[in-house]
Amino acid sequence: MDVFVSQFLNVEIIAQAWPLLLRGLGMTALLCAAVIPLGLVGGLLVALVCLSRHRAVRWPAFVLVDFFRAVPPLVLLIFIYAGLPFAGIRPSPFVAVCVAFLLNTGAYYGEIYRAGIESIGKGQWEAARSTGLTAGQTLTWVIIPQAVRNVLPDLVSNTVEVVKLTSIASVVALPELLYSADMARSLTYNPSPIVAAAAIYLALLWPCVRLLSRLEHRVGR
Amino acid sequence: MPDSAAMLDVAGLRKRFGTLEVLRGIDLTVRPQELVFVIGPSGSGKSTLLRCCNRLEEPDEGSIRVDGVELLDPRTDINAMRRQIGMVFQSFNLYPHMTVLANITLALRKSLGKSRAEARDIGEAALARVGLADKAGAYPAQLSGGQQQRAAIARAVALEPKIMLFDEPTSALDPELVGSVLAVMRELRGAGMTMVVVSHEMRFAREAADRVVFMDAGAIVEEGPPEQIFGAPRHARTRSFLADFGG
Repeated sequence: MDVFVSQFLNVEIIAQAWPLLLRGLGMTALLCAAVIPLGLVGGLLVALVCLSRHRAVRWPAFVLVDFFRAVPPLVLLIFIYAGLPFAGIRPSPFVAVCVAFLLNTGAYYGEIYRAGIESIGKGQWEAARSTGLTAGQTLTWVIIPQAVRNVLPDLVSNTVEVVKLTSIASVVALPELLYSADMARSLTYNPSPIVAAAAIYLALLWPCVRLLSRLEHRVGR
Repeated sequence: MPDSAAMLDVAGLRKRFGTLEVLRGIDLTVRPQELVFVIGPSGSGKSTLLRCCNRLEEPDEGSIRVDGVELLDPRTDINAMRRQIGMVFQSFNLYPHMTVLANITLALRKSLGKSRAEARDIGEAALARVGLADKAGAYPAQLSGGQQQRAAIARAVALEPKIMLFDEPTSALDPELVGSVLAVMRELRGAGMTMVVVSHEMRFAREAADRVVFMDAGAIVEEGPPEQIFGAPRHARTRSFLADFGG
């Protein structure tokens, strides 16, 4: 038992690693602040393109969405960070992560929005257009607010996944929470910082997961 | 020759869905302040005709003039025209995420550019007109079907349209709620609104319509004052349709 505590829950080690972990948490927060809005906005655009009346616009979008949903995000990230330099494009780790997330989560958010928009009856569209609202105004004030409400649990769920997925940024040496914790582990020869990082993720995401359950309950009623 | 005094002038209107010809050359003129009732069996094209009149459906051929402006001219600002053509739907189509008042003020603010306060005043007046002054803050789901349809009428009326189109406005209502909606339509007619009504409310047609148009299979079979259409229909198809309705 003592071995377990000293190896995994070593308070001294965690205290030593704490400043590093905090900096890592700060970078994770910064990443989330960049990739979540990118995904939410990019996804909405993807959904609107996928719902276009014109087949020539719709089809390439479908193909791209399928492609980026099928490619593992880690592969995508390594390709962007380590592959693109061969084409003379050298993104910084932060930019590489943002681009990879935009492509991956944009596709997922896009499918969620699309389901939401398709759940709104065409009567809503017709009623709004019949009062002289433009297509853009109808989307903004009538369709999208209702669509988002209908798929809110899926949006929150996907966002939780995105927060967890930011840990893949560690492979391109972006010092986010997991990278920092692993660095502390290698400096102290003790895995307790990894446990501490897991606890931080848990503290961060557990309220979100609770909220999600309540939302699902509310929508399911 | 387009009738310059007409509020709505439909000429040679054709509409096809795939291989099915839904409108086969419709000519219809509605004068200002007239209430025209369109009746006919389901699938006769009457709803499609109505929906072409604000271009919710795109006709394939023909002309639709509203107060002298050609709707099918690509240079026509269709959004500006739609503000002048009120539309009331069978399924109300209120925005469920907004209060009744917000349902009405949305187009006033976003399309007509009225201020929040101005839009609210107009919206409240429209609600009072349909007997829903006390429901401004309610959500559509909190209203009965009849109240929802009256709110939908208020939404259209608030834009001060020149003509109003009613697409089976009472078909989705329980019988005891129909009267309140017809009462509002009667009030509008009394105030001089030009109206085209697609409906099966034959008693209302008899009592309130200036003219009744009978459609079948995408064409107008006959039209005339209600006494003539209901009392002495000339065409066999009109007679058999009305016989089915017990009218």
